Amino acid sequence: MSKIKCQCGHENPFGTVLCERCGRPQTEEAINSKTVDMRYEGSARRSQTYKRTIVDKIWNFFSSVKIGVSIIIAVLSTSAIGTILPQKQYVPFTSEVDIADYYERLYGIVGVVYHKLGFHDMYNSWWFITLVGMLGTSIIIASVDRVIPLYKSLKMQRTKRHPSFMKRQRIYGAGEVENIDDSFSKAEEKLKELRYNVKVEDGAILAEKNRFARWGPYVNHVGLIVFLGAILLRGIPGFYVDETLWIREGETLEIPGAPGYFIKNNKFILENYTDEDSEVFKEALERTNTIAKNYQTDVSLFKQQEGGIPGQSEDIEFVKDYSIIVNKPLQFDGFNVFQMDYRTDELKNMTFQLTDKAKDESLGEFTVDLINPDGKYELESGAVVELKDYYADYDGVENGQPVSKSPIPNNPAFIFKMITPEKPDGEMSFVAIQQTLETEENDYKVNFLSAETRNISGLTVRKDKTLYLLMLGGIIFMVGVSQGSYWNHRRIWVQKGEGNEMLIASHTNKNWFSLRKEIDEVTEFASLPQYEDREDEETESDNQEGDYK
Amino acid sequence: MSKTKQVAAKKKNRLIIRTIVLILLAAAIIFAIVSKDKTKVLEIGDKAPDFELVDLEGNKHRLSNYQGEGVFLNFWGSWCGPCKTEMPFMEKLSKEFEGQGVHILALNLKDTRLKAETFRDQYGLTFPIARDTDESVRRAYNVIPLPTTILINKDGIIEDIITRGMTEDEIRAFMVSIQPE
Repeated sequence: MSKIKCQCGHENPFGTVLCERCGRPQTEEAINSKTVDMRYEGSARRSQTYKRTIVDKIWNFFSSVKIGVSIIIAVLSTSAIGTILPQKQYVPFTSEVDIADYYERLYGIVGVVYHKLGFHDMYNSWWFITLVGMLGTSIIIASVDRVIPLYKSLKMQRTKRHPSFMKRQRIYGAGEVENIDDSFSKAEEKLKELRYNVKVEDGAILAEKNRFARWGPYVNHVGLIVFLGAILLRGIPGFYVDETLWIREGETLEIPGAPGYFIKNNKFILENYTDEDSEVFKEALERTNTIAKNYQTDVSLFKQQEGGIPGQSEDIEFVKDYSIIVNKPLQFDGFNVFQMDYRTDELKNMTFQLTDKAKDESLGEFTVDLINPDGKYELESGAVVELKDYYADYDGVENGQPVSKSPIPNNPAFIFKMITPEKPDGEMSFVAIQQTLETEENDYKVNFLSAETRNISGLTVRKDKTLYLLMLGGIIFMVGVSQGSYWNHRRIWVQKGEGNEMLIASHTNKNWFSLRKEIDEVTEFASLPQYEDREDEETESDNQEGDYK
Repeated sequence: MSKTKQVAAKKKNRLIIRTIVLILLAAAIIFAIVSKDKTKVLEIGDKAPDFELVDLEGNKHRLSNYQGEGVFLNFWGSWCGPCKTEMPFMEKLSKEFEGQGVHILALNLKDTRLKAETFRDQYGLTFPIARDTDESVRRAYNVIPLPTTILINKDGIIEDIITRGMTEDEIRAFMVSIQPE
């Protein structure tokens, strides 16, 4: 792994194709070729230098563009697989068994395989994250391995190149001129006029333009890395919150992901367009019946005092009232609470009447609040109804006991004790919807009169501190793209040869057509020898020698 | 001579830099994998978050006040079958362990006050029962299924988390496990 010593005396690292200083070809292949590959300036890519230790082997693996492209293809194709069936978070079940069952039921054998292979939670799977991480690693290592030698060789390039370098450029011309000094100074003048950076040394001109365009791909990669890094930060507590909260009207709950903050749902409002709104909607309304106009949750935000602990809800302070509507989230402390969903008409309270069965006479009405029922209701007539037990979601009788299958008042049932002047000891009655059970024949009964319902708001709690970093990554990415696409790195070498001979050679990373136009101007003005573009027959692709990416 | 040394030193530096870069990148990937799975779930060995709740009798219970004693923290709901099954065992054992430094604290989720009270009366429960109405304690402990029981030892450290119904013998063993010597 020794250095390569060029005829000019410069020592080049192992793997060099063109001498860093004078440009003489260093490899057999380069010497025998008509034109040389100017990618990375013929410099030694570091990856090709040492292949000894395991670290170097891993490094070289990631440095390979072929490997990089393979990883990109792997990420793309697996990402695509993840979109074939819905991901886990869109399955309306939480337990693993239910989720597995869901895939089997809906998608049959395909679903079973999909679930078994872990594709149902792909973007969180360890191998997918590893794949993305490998992509990041590849981007970093491949870039570092190329940008440093490229930078060095562009910095080190000499004005006067060896004729063998000139000869192997795609654009090359040599020939006698009438007045060599006049042509030389005129070429310099014209190149300056064309806004090239012109360096003159020992009868040679190096005119260079837009070298920074060569950094475009690397700037672009920096942007990608910033972007990936920002996504990585989401895993750190406090950087990223994405939670769902179902909250009923009247409820106060702690906000998930935002400990110490409480939210109270004062009212959920769903408005539809009506005929009165405007004639414009009339036709649409006739066709679809209802068109939503507004989804809104009126909330109050509370904050626990500093140093408060969970459960100490009596000392929470009111912060503000707010009406959350679509795209107008409640904002506090970096959090956004969005209106996302709703459910309507959950039972809120029920009004009953106590009736004397024989006389069919009312002894008064009372209302049971299903969220916070009282144990005792005193009626105007002096009768008292006690609520002995309450089953929010009555689901039949089990072992002689009525059971409720959930805490949600979907099917409320009650055990009432009716105490009347005639029956001071009270009569027991079990009342459910459409059903009344009595242990023995009662004189009185509780019958249902009316019910009120309430709505439930589905809110999404979001916090994303990585957003600006993601944006920064995106901006850097785009800067790199424009840097590399809208500017071209052009170099023109003009050199005095033997006698009256002048040499001209040129290189650009893309857009050879514009380069030729500029050279034409120079050769015409300075009467330089005719040149030849050895790869381009008029309209052949401009991208042949474009840098990687 | 000095030149070969220089080259050797350069090679060594390169190896060190490459090793560090690769380790950092590998660490980033491992971090990404680990942090994805974890949504600040409490684990065995963590410090139990302090909380304060008022029980049905109006007495305040603050976890940190039980320092030096074991706490058997049970989250339950009246509609949950296994909760109903284990309640009589818990009642029996709370009596058995009275004055022995282990306390049962039951936190009700989602039930109405009336329901929690009738449930208590129906099963004749004497240990403190509190309602976590705003669910802040549930969130602090990240409790999802019911019943969930958190065993907290005398140092306030979580000894075990049980997310199913328990038999009488299991409850007894668990209570012994958090009993201070």
